[in-house]
Amino acid sequence: MALAALRREGRRFAPMISPRPITALRSSPLAPSLEDEGPIGVRYISTQVVRNRMKSVKNIQKITKAMKMVAASKLRAIQTKAENSRGLWQPFTALLGDLPSADVKKNVVVTISSDKGLCGGINSTSVKISKGLHKLNSGPEKETKYVILGEKAKAQLIRDSKKDIELIITELQKNPLNYTQVSVLADEILKNVEYDALRIVFNKFHSVVSFVPTVSTVLSPEIVEREAESGGKLGDLDSYEVEGGETKGEILQNLAEFQFSCVMFNAVLENACSEQGARMSAMDSSSRNAGDMLDRLTLTYNRTRQASITTELIEIISGASALEG
Amino acid sequence: MLGRASMLLPCRSILPARARPFSTDLPAAPSADATFTEAWTKVIPNMDPPKTPLSFMQPRPPTPSSIPSKLTVNFVLPYASELATKEVDMVIVPATTGQMGVLPGHVATIAELKPGVLSVHEGSEMTKYFVSSGFVFIHANSFADIIAVEAVPLDRLDVNLVQKGLAEFTSKLSSATTDLEKAEAQIGIDVHSALNSALTG
Repeated sequence: MALAALRREGRRFAPMISPRPITALRSSPLAPSLEDEGPIGVRYISTQVVRNRMKSVKNIQKITKAMKMVAASKLRAIQTKAENSRGLWQPFTALLGDLPSADVKKNVVVTISSDKGLCGGINSTSVKISKGLHKLNSGPEKETKYVILGEKAKAQLIRDSKKDIELIITELQKNPLNYTQVSVLADEILKNVEYDALRIVFNKFHSVVSFVPTVSTVLSPEIVEREAESGGKLGDLDSYEVEGGETKGEILQNLAEFQFSCVMFNAVLENACSEQGARMSAMDSSSRNAGDMLDRLTLTYNRTRQASITTELIEIISGASALEG
Repeated sequence: MLGRASMLLPCRSILPARARPFSTDLPAAPSADATFTEAWTKVIPNMDPPKTPLSFMQPRPPTPSSIPSKLTVNFVLPYASELATKEVDMVIVPATTGQMGVLPGHVATIAELKPGVLSVHEGSEMTKYFVSSGFVFIHANSFADIIAVEAVPLDRLDVNLVQKGLAEFTSKLSSATTDLEKAEAQIGIDVHSALNSALTG
């Protein structure tokens, strides 16, 4: 039974064992340490190989544990900022409501993703949602363009939607995130992209293990006017008096731009938190996996070691008993 | 046998992203959400539709029939919520058309703010902030949302730096060549003179 198990273990590591003919040509000190041939022609993996593998797995475990700690500390730093910024978009939603199903001609999907990898599946989720929105808003005379923040979404979207991408922004988190930087970014986007509706796709941070993909919609002033006139959700927007400025349109324009920068700021912070949280859990499960692998390898190592000792003993004893006759 | 047992290690997976059910989830509000979720499930049946901000917000109370006694103020900045649903008597906001006093029962208004002093009156106490710019929304249900980019309490302002800044921007305006430089210098002058009058007035 034990030998059957050993044989199975040996077969699992089979690709690493060099084929028989080559070892015959190798110099003698090396050959015995690489392969032992026991009874029934079973080939064991050598202890040296298993030891090397154990060393590398242990190093990987250390690295992933360190990455988890780093992600945890970064998360702590940015989480307070994100939670403080949550009050920023609420007044806009209270005033203008939330119309993700508004039917518009020019849609712009702003996908927020991370620059670095190893953070679980959050970037893929954002990209899938963006593609879903693209599909949802496709139709005659309608077009959807992408504005991409972050390397990971760029890598995924550039493969099949290259012609739809308007703007790509990377290295957002080189300096700590602040409102000035994000408002400059928002300004750039608004200047370069024509839009009727901006849909910002990001992962909202609920807790260290839960990130909800969310889409926030910012409508251009013309669409806001249109929706207000047609009644429905924005119907009572007309009841609001607009102070100052020459025209109502001017104030609404400023309002839309301000709304976009506020919503972007919150979205970018939430996505950064989600990224760190996802990285934490990814690295945590990776270190746990490495630990399991290490346990398995230790067992294999011990078994191999004991098997070679047993084989030696058998040889000696059978040799001795043969001599006795 | 030993080998088989050790090979059947439990496989641990990352917890799937589960949305915490929010107590603020309104049954009435998501009428737009309902059309969105329906349209989504029709086109993309494999994925859950993404959440929208409406499901994360506390619902606002409807317009009461009589004028309430207090004004509920939300004063938010990008970095913090200075006042969150605080009940006050009156706020005076520096709108572009001048200082605007807001009392409970004020007509619904959207106003843009210019650099100036915002004062919050609660009973006998008054808190003053210098606001750089932003917007104020006054809703019919006596809720006021003030969103500012920067706001500092007046006692944190340094008179000397204000004077220096004013002088600097005035000289910049006189030496400005392009329209952009002129506009920037003008903005600097506006803000600094508002700061000046806030500190002296």
